[in-house]
Amino acid sequence: MDKLRLRFEKTGRAIYISHLDLMSTMQRAFARAGLELKYSEGFNPHPLISILLPLSVGTASVCELMDFRLREETDLAKLPERLTAVLPEGIRVLEAYPAKRKSAQLKWLDVTGLFEYDHGTPAVEELEAFYRRPEIVIEKKTKRGTGQTDICPAIAQIAFAAEKENIRVEARISAQEPTLNPDLLAGALRQLCPELAPDFAEFTRLETYDGDMNVYR
Amino acid sequence: MDKRLKRILPRVQKPARYTGGEYNQILKNRDEVDLRLAFCFPDTYEIGMSNLGLSILYHTMNSLPFVWCERVFAPWGDMYDEMKRAGIPLYALESGDPISEFDSVAFSIGYEMAYTTVLDMLDMAGIPLRTADRPELLPLIWAGGTAGVNAEPMAPFIDLFIIGEGEEVNNELLTLLHQAKRENWSKQDFLHRAAQIGGVYVPSLYEVTYREDGRIAAVTPGDGVPAKVTKRIISNLDAVPFPTSPIVPSTEVVHDRVSLELFRGCVRGCRFCQAGHVYRPIRAKKKETLVQQGIEALKNTGYQELTLLSLSTSDYRELPALCDGLLDYCEERSIGLSLPSLRADNFSMEIMQRLQKVRKSGLTFAVEGGSQRLRDSINKNVTEEDLLHTCSIAFAGGWNNVKLYYMLGLPTETDEDILGIAEMANQVLHCWRLNAKNKNRGVKITISTSCFIPKPHSPFQWEAQISLDEYRRRVNLLRNAITAKNVVYNWHDAETSLIEAVLSKGDRRVSDAIELVFRRGGRLDAWTDYFSFERWMQAFQDCGIDPAFYANREIPTDAVLPWDHIDVGVRKAHLLRERERAYRAELSPDCRKQCSACGAATLLTEGRCDG
Repeated sequence: MDKLRLRFEKTGRAIYISHLDLMSTMQRAFARAGLELKYSEGFNPHPLISILLPLSVGTASVCELMDFRLREETDLAKLPERLTAVLPEGIRVLEAYPAKRKSAQLKWLDVTGLFEYDHGTPAVEELEAFYRRPEIVIEKKTKRGTGQTDICPAIAQIAFAAEKENIRVEARISAQEPTLNPDLLAGALRQLCPELAPDFAEFTRLETYDGDMNVYR
Repeated sequence: MDKRLKRILPRVQKPARYTGGEYNQILKNRDEVDLRLAFCFPDTYEIGMSNLGLSILYHTMNSLPFVWCERVFAPWGDMYDEMKRAGIPLYALESGDPISEFDSVAFSIGYEMAYTTVLDMLDMAGIPLRTADRPELLPLIWAGGTAGVNAEPMAPFIDLFIIGEGEEVNNELLTLLHQAKRENWSKQDFLHRAAQIGGVYVPSLYEVTYREDGRIAAVTPGDGVPAKVTKRIISNLDAVPFPTSPIVPSTEVVHDRVSLELFRGCVRGCRFCQAGHVYRPIRAKKKETLVQQGIEALKNTGYQELTLLSLSTSDYRELPALCDGLLDYCEERSIGLSLPSLRADNFSMEIMQRLQKVRKSGLTFAVEGGSQRLRDSINKNVTEEDLLHTCSIAFAGGWNNVKLYYMLGLPTETDEDILGIAEMANQVLHCWRLNAKNKNRGVKITISTSCFIPKPHSPFQWEAQISLDEYRRRVNLLRNAITAKNVVYNWHDAETSLIEAVLSKGDRRVSDAIELVFRRGGRLDAWTDYFSFERWMQAFQDCGIDPAFYANREIPTDAVLPWDHIDVGVRKAHLLRERERAYRAELSPDCRKQCSACGAATLLTEGRCDG
């Protein structure tokens, strides 16, 4: 079969499964569902699966995408149910369809996050003002040490709202080239404006978009 | 999930091992079960989730509708620190509930170096360490596993031990505890009733007295308590439940695969080997059962690898037919089949070649002794000829990585025996030169030595361990004798072996030192990252315990042994006979050639010993 795409959720306890472990978890789930993945040819065959945007440990998502190939034709409509039944708690397959668009076209991500403050929240306006700065240059650890990055171009929209004792953040951030880890939305505050920084922040990916801000599938 | 936990998980290494939620975990409604059991493994998740015994008992205990058995592992250091700092008590993976809410805590203790971790886990759960400080029936703290064959060093901490195989007796115990909880029995009443169940050892019901020279005078059972606790076994392995839907960890563990147990017990009777004696009699599973359970487990887990477990895989009578049956299923699905624990004397190239289609790994042989005389003395029935023959086939078949395991410090070992190890490495190298298919790929021969530890219930249980200095001298002797550049020599450090010897042969007095080591920060002592020899030696000294008394002293054969009241089936007279034969370097035939009437067969309630 041609290249197929799976859209799935990774929430609850499953958010702590790392990217690499998720690959083997998925591979085993296909085997449990009786679906045979196509393997690469060569000296060390491995199943042809790839996850479009690796998700960092601790971040939830309701819009994960994974490409794969099967050895035999399968009824795609039944696939989500078959796979979800054999996946660990927290991983739920939403749909399966032929992968028509290139993964490079995935450009933007909607994320939502909860900023938790243990000693009272700052004013929403203060957070908004911070993110209205013309540039937000932060230190980022890279493979070659630390580098300076302006994260502003990677944030298309950002909004804050009070939610009980915490603050809800909604943002559209760059998914690839550059990739912005949503944790940096709190990390930037920690570096540049510690008095506004939350004591803890957790994020969920909500939706994927292309360069024209249309939903990417 | 606990809010505090949520905050620390992103900061620790491999957080998925602390969350539960894996595929095939067993969830029950906490309000609908009467007994909540925390099944603790005193080591990390990665080790515990690789343990077949844990997997079997998790499923058999959860088969009781009134019990919810959940898993608990010891956190690694980073998580441990975070939990302490955040004030999070030890919790169970399935429900996330703190252990203090549970009715009972059971430990699976496979090795002595886990003792401090047992105490650590009790402490992290907020449970007093000593039985004497827990007057109430609940939580009942019990333990099983191989370490139970000499439970004495842990006796003051554990309410009761299960001796032997747990599939049946655990459920009998839980059923009794269920009744006791419902009817509000006192702890004493319960322990007395539990001691009547075969295989249940309640240390507090046995009084140990000592002589002036420090040796044990007597072990006296209380009124109505059996003088000896006899090991429980499963007579018919085909009839006992086996988990064909084991939990599939969502993060990598040590043995990430389906494990099938071929048989329990061993026909060989190597004289240093505890497992070979305490797991008797020999009971094999039918190959039809194994093929069916293996295929079912592969389907239910999606694993890409299956391994066959036993003390000596090539002694399984139907091994070729079993491999064929499994490979018929595995090959077309690219599932790997691995066979550990092969012996050099009956190694089958035919089997190896079929396995090789899927994957080729190195070959490992436990040779144990460097000369024929020494191997005869320990009853390791492997000859140099066997080994070289096997190696020649393997080298011709394309293998180029051979590992040879030895022990230093075996009873009767001489310097000549040690030099024989280096000589044998040269022979294997020569064999490679003669037989290698492709010499350009080179060869790697690895020699590993560990320090002999005399173990309870083995023919060498009375033996002394050599001193640290002597072990180091022997290591250096061998190091200098190994000259070939293709031969690598690794030696285990003997400090752990000394502590292990004290703990495995210890009596109740050793418990004070275990507690002191724990109080001073000792945990996860099986890991070199955490083991501190100095901490152990200091604790022995502070408790007035001489480690040499336990490890380096030969015990007179008429002495009362700390584990004499534990009956594993093999008679003491048999062990003594075997020990005498060792001094004469006399082999004993394996159980298949001739039954040695060791006594273990009397444990069977049906069927015959497969030896």
